[in-house]
Amino acid sequence: MRDLRSSLVRLLLGILLPALLLAAWWWSSDVAHYFTENQLPPPERLLSALRELNRQGDYSRHLLASLRRVALGFGAGAGIGLVLGTLVGLSRTLEHIVDPTLQGLRSVPSLAWVPFLLLWLGIDEGPKITLIAIGAFFPVYINLVSGIRQVDRKLVEVGEIFVLNTRERVVEIFLPAAMPYAITGLRIGLGQAWLFLVAAELIASTRGLGFLLIDGQNNLRPDLMLVSILTLALLGKSADSLLRLVESKLLGWSDTFGERR
Amino acid sequence: MSAEIEVKSVGKRFGGGPPVLAEIDLEVRAGEIVSVVGPSGCGKSTLLRILAGLDRKHEGQVLVRGRAVDGPTRTVGFMFQEPRLLPWLSVERNVVFGLDREHKNHGRNGVAELLAKVQLDGSEKLFPRELSGGMMQRTALARALAAKPAVLLLDEPFSALDAFTRMHLQELVLGLWERSQLTMVLVTHEIDEALYLSDRVVVLSERPAQVAEVIPVPIARPRDRREPALLALRGHLLEKLRLAGRKPSPPIEYEI
Repeated sequence: MRDLRSSLVRLLLGILLPALLLAAWWWSSDVAHYFTENQLPPPERLLSALRELNRQGDYSRHLLASLRRVALGFGAGAGIGLVLGTLVGLSRTLEHIVDPTLQGLRSVPSLAWVPFLLLWLGIDEGPKITLIAIGAFFPVYINLVSGIRQVDRKLVEVGEIFVLNTRERVVEIFLPAAMPYAITGLRIGLGQAWLFLVAAELIASTRGLGFLLIDGQNNLRPDLMLVSILTLALLGKSADSLLRLVESKLLGWSDTFGERR
Repeated sequence: MSAEIEVKSVGKRFGGGPPVLAEIDLEVRAGEIVSVVGPSGCGKSTLLRILAGLDRKHEGQVLVRGRAVDGPTRTVGFMFQEPRLLPWLSVERNVVFGLDREHKNHGRNGVAELLAKVQLDGSEKLFPRELSGGMMQRTALARALAAKPAVLLLDEPFSALDAFTRMHLQELVLGLWERSQLTMVLVTHEIDEALYLSDRVVVLSERPAQVAEVIPVPIARPRDRREPALLALRGHLLEKLRLAGRKPSPPIEYEI
């Protein structure tokens, strides 16, 4: 009962700001006419835009295309990040070989990759998914490497005392101990995946939420742009919530300020 | 009785620093409880880590059951000053962690029994953060015993506990020792603990630590903590410790 009430309170607190923003939006466009319709269409225009879009099933087509790209790109990028992060975290030699190059690549802005990805991988799904994977990879990789480096020497010694072999040490000590870092990396990586999605879809695409955005811009349809932006915000938040749920399931053991209830 | 542990002129220095241990010779018989006491910072824990094979950069040699120690083995168990439980595992799974590979995969038998021995039955599903200090150390004890070691090394394992919990754990360890053939070496700064638990008390001197004195405790168990013979030994041990702490300390120079 208490749990239910506190989560209800949390929900209401979280909705507070969006509700205020919606009210301000409605007031400035519908009541005060502070903005023209082309600058900021009133909220109800979005509903009609949504209806219009969905008459031909376009909205769900855009939505699904984007979701699929993020799922594949994030899956690939985060997967490689987890594997490489573990290996580099455990091996100084490997770090000396791989890390300087990766840090260099990391500082390349995402858009710089686009022309080459298009040249190498064509204009199909390949370059988009690759770009998203690049975006998701780095946060996962960097966080996991430092997570493994932060593992308490005292716990590593416990592994020594019980004479664990390398595989057991990794699976039973290093990875669980680095889990909080890995999850932080995954959350940031997922956020990056959505950012890189739009970057990928702005260029050479015929569907997806990023395309909807650019389409709205080209056709002077701010309502379409807002539909795209709000959808992205909603999806990003939902995806993060999902990961947080996983986090609370996996990290229930931790004795930290964040876990205090 | 043959020596279970043989320490042969073990010395240790960290980096290029002055020696911490020098020419330590010691024998521990099978089934014996030996305590190591000495002035704080004299290298007691370092000696124990050498016995465990955790510290391999030292002079001299350590033999356990006739075999030279060159790293940790499952013959030698270790209890740290802190419980060092794996925080993501429940009490039960922390104890399972101590089992050898075969038992981990097949049955995990004996874990329930071990938990009962350390009086943690009913707390199997709790996580370390939900435990008191005493419960954590009992879990750590069960984990160490799950590996079925012949030798158990204890590095001030009760020092962070309150007096009541400490006595309770001492009884527990003694009870477990009586039912097994365990050889134990205990590092402690508690004189009463050393005397109450041990067959012999080894007094180390100030750095570089050497064996200053070995005091036998020829008192039958179960012992009474107020036993006059124990109290007499206490006075003797205190005197030896006072002498050990005084020996070669160099003149102190202040630099500003």
